Amino acid sequence: MSALTLDVNGAKHPVDTAPEESLLSVLRERLSLTGTKYGCGEGQCGACTVLLDGRPVRSCRTKASEAAGRKIVTIEGLASGDRLHPVQAAFLDAEAFQCGFCTPGMIVSVAALLSAKPAPSAEDIASALGGNVCRCGTYPRIVTAVTQAARAMRKG
Amino acid sequence: MIETPSAGLDPDLALELRQHEVDGRLHSFDSSFDSDRRTFLKTLGGGILVCLTVPSALAQESGRAGITRELPQDLASWLHVGEDGRITAFTGKVEFGQNIRTSLAQQIAEELHVDVGAIDLVMGDTDRCPWDAGTFGSRTTPTMGPQLRKMAAIARTLLVNLAAQRWGTDRSRLTAEAGRVRNPETGASLSYGELSKGQNLVKTSAADVPLTPAPEWKVAGTPVPKANGRDFVTGRHVYTSDLTRPGLLHGLVLRRPSFKATLASVDKDAAEKLPGVTVVRDGDFLGVAAPDRETASRAATAIKATWNEVPGQPSNQTLFAFLRKNAVSGEQGSATGSVDEAMASADVKLERTYTVEYIAHVPLETRAAVAEWTGDKLTVWTGSQRPFAVRDELADAFHIPGDKVRVIVPDTGSGYGGKHAGDAAVEAARLAKAAGKPVKVTWSREEELTWAYFRPAGVLDVKSGARRDGTLTAWEFHNYNSGPAAIGTPYAVANQRIQFHPVPSPLRQGSYRGLAATANHFARETHMDELAHALSLDPLAFRLKNITDARLKAVFEAAAAKFEWGKRKSTKERGFGIAGGTDKGGYLATCVDVEIDGKTRRMRIRRVVAAFECGAVVNPNGLRNQIEGAIVQSIGGALFEAVRFENGRILNARLSQYRVPRFADAPEIEIVVLNRKDLPSAGAGETPIVGLAPAVGNAIFAATGVRLRGLPLVPQGIPG
Repeated sequence: MSALTLDVNGAKHPVDTAPEESLLSVLRERLSLTGTKYGCGEGQCGACTVLLDGRPVRSCRTKASEAAGRKIVTIEGLASGDRLHPVQAAFLDAEAFQCGFCTPGMIVSVAALLSAKPAPSAEDIASALGGNVCRCGTYPRIVTAVTQAARAMRKG
Repeated sequence: MIETPSAGLDPDLALELRQHEVDGRLHSFDSSFDSDRRTFLKTLGGGILVCLTVPSALAQESGRAGITRELPQDLASWLHVGEDGRITAFTGKVEFGQNIRTSLAQQIAEELHVDVGAIDLVMGDTDRCPWDAGTFGSRTTPTMGPQLRKMAAIARTLLVNLAAQRWGTDRSRLTAEAGRVRNPETGASLSYGELSKGQNLVKTSAADVPLTPAPEWKVAGTPVPKANGRDFVTGRHVYTSDLTRPGLLHGLVLRRPSFKATLASVDKDAAEKLPGVTVVRDGDFLGVAAPDRETASRAATAIKATWNEVPGQPSNQTLFAFLRKNAVSGEQGSATGSVDEAMASADVKLERTYTVEYIAHVPLETRAAVAEWTGDKLTVWTGSQRPFAVRDELADAFHIPGDKVRVIVPDTGSGYGGKHAGDAAVEAARLAKAAGKPVKVTWSREEELTWAYFRPAGVLDVKSGARRDGTLTAWEFHNYNSGPAAIGTPYAVANQRIQFHPVPSPLRQGSYRGLAATANHFARETHMDELAHALSLDPLAFRLKNITDARLKAVFEAAAAKFEWGKRKSTKERGFGIAGGTDKGGYLATCVDVEIDGKTRRMRIRRVVAAFECGAVVNPNGLRNQIEGAIVQSIGGALFEAVRFENGRILNARLSQYRVPRFADAPEIEIVVLNRKDLPSAGAGETPIVGLAPAVGNAIFAATGVRLRGLPLVPQGIPG
């Protein structure tokens, strides 16, 4: 086991991790941040997406040790208190989910997209979210939610 | 086949249930668990040895004796009005993303005259909820909806009666609105909570409670937002895979290298030396439990196991010949008129075969379970569509009475018919029993794509005859293995022979959203298109000519109007196709517009128009979400999804190898909902999935002249 300090959602967490342990495993099993999901373990479904220094990464394919000293944001860290992040609010408003299991990874990916590209086209959205699977098939609603969120964020 | 305790069930339910059964169980244990029983029984004193001689099958039956498989009709089983006025309703149905937690609450609110937010639904908890066969077959809306409405209507009547007694007035003078009973004459009012004081309302329901008709609905019929929606966008919702318990261990199962393999030898010494690790070998079951996932994984790696494999198992290459050859005799079918005579006199005749590969459900939350033994009582949290069946499965596996098992189903990360069996529950419970601590088992994606079960593959033979004017005269339809759902034709044909031929499936198979309705619609609606072309008739006109069912006609016409069917002719690069049908009380027509790249032979679905009718709509937004989702999901099975297998192994058991629909695959989707407030509400989770595959195949033919008769249609692009 090795001791690391992870900066998650603005708080520093000292953790003991196994060598090679994934960031996903540390978040879920050691820090009880279960909003980030396991879906495939090979970076193909996007359910485990978190932000690392503002960029979306697949936490199942990221070693915890690689994330040490960097700013990690998970789905639990997006809202400010009771105020939802505009992307969360838009997903809720457009009801852009069914079972909700892909939703945290989707929302984190969209938050990253919109901070890089405030007015994405439909192609930008499909390309940025190409690695996120919604097996319930809510893609059209997610596109609506992204467009709504982008509009809300541009207005401030 | 798992033996289903269908005795005493409603025959419709029993028939439906058979189609949703999963082939075989993954595990059977050698352990009789007698030692535990002996310890337990010893505490009871004399006469125990007699009990020990009872054969285990009888023991199970006696254990089940106290368990009822019928819907209780007493109000307190279904509804509770709290002192604070909150309404708790209990149902064995479960929430998997189909949004019934919301739509059922709406229906209760409607009849009880309360705000929908005042209702809490306890779902899928076998200790707290009335018995239920399972959440499948689009049955929640047509059966559980009316059941809960009835209970809510009775509760409202009782609350009004209580107020009438309290005030010494006639009940007909009182009204019940917004959670309060009022006397408009005196202005007095009492909340439901003040009236019930949290005590159970006692009433055994009569069949003839008047329910509010759909045209008068105020809460049902409206787009109420998803219950607990905020928990899903904040990551706060706790799925089974997120659950934890004090002292929880992580379990892993060491899987067989191929189907049907048996365990030859095990060396588990090294694994057992790891701290906190328990290794279980029981029959062919081999698994570990450890304080954390990493240690469990190391322990699994440290175990040396050898297996006896079974060679010569079928592959995709031999699948369809296998299905035809191994059909079980004793055909199930129906016949009217004389197909042979009608064929002999038909102007146009056609005989074709269609095939469907196995596909996987791929629920994004893989199978998971948390099991905890407290003395002789077992509690399991697991994402199963059939909590009561899983309870029975656990009782069987551990030879304990069903009332010693509690199964709780947290709202789950989807299932699509794929989570009927209790495999993960049995695994977690077996490991927990050995470790003496709670154990969580979460399947990997590879396990999910190998050891779950699949939508049945099938071979479908269709023979038809028609007159020159487009009147269908003969229809013969044989389905090998994929199933009898929606096997009958909705077109008016005087001479018909329709048969389902069951086959012992080479792969483990079971329920899937829509069951065989997808395969049967694919074969039928492709064949109808082929016949239309053979008759030089427009595919829509040919269908309409042979439809007598007004509801089916209405959806075809609605979809065609929205799509502007016939306005443009298909070209080499653009094809238009249509298909439709009916199943489980829902009526569907689907039009598609596909684009084909002449050089690469790749195709893309540009636009889908679906018209759907399922009686009175309970939640219009939820309904649209289901229809859109079904269309997107069906793109996978229509175009590219197939389980590849050979000699007892799955060859594409990873998400990088098994392609599911992604953002770029999603077309523009337009939905026309026909809201028939004059008709009972039918379920909508399944039937919207059946139209896309044949419509796409028909569109590809319209553009290219290439007729594709197998699902998936274009795993490698369009041939030719």
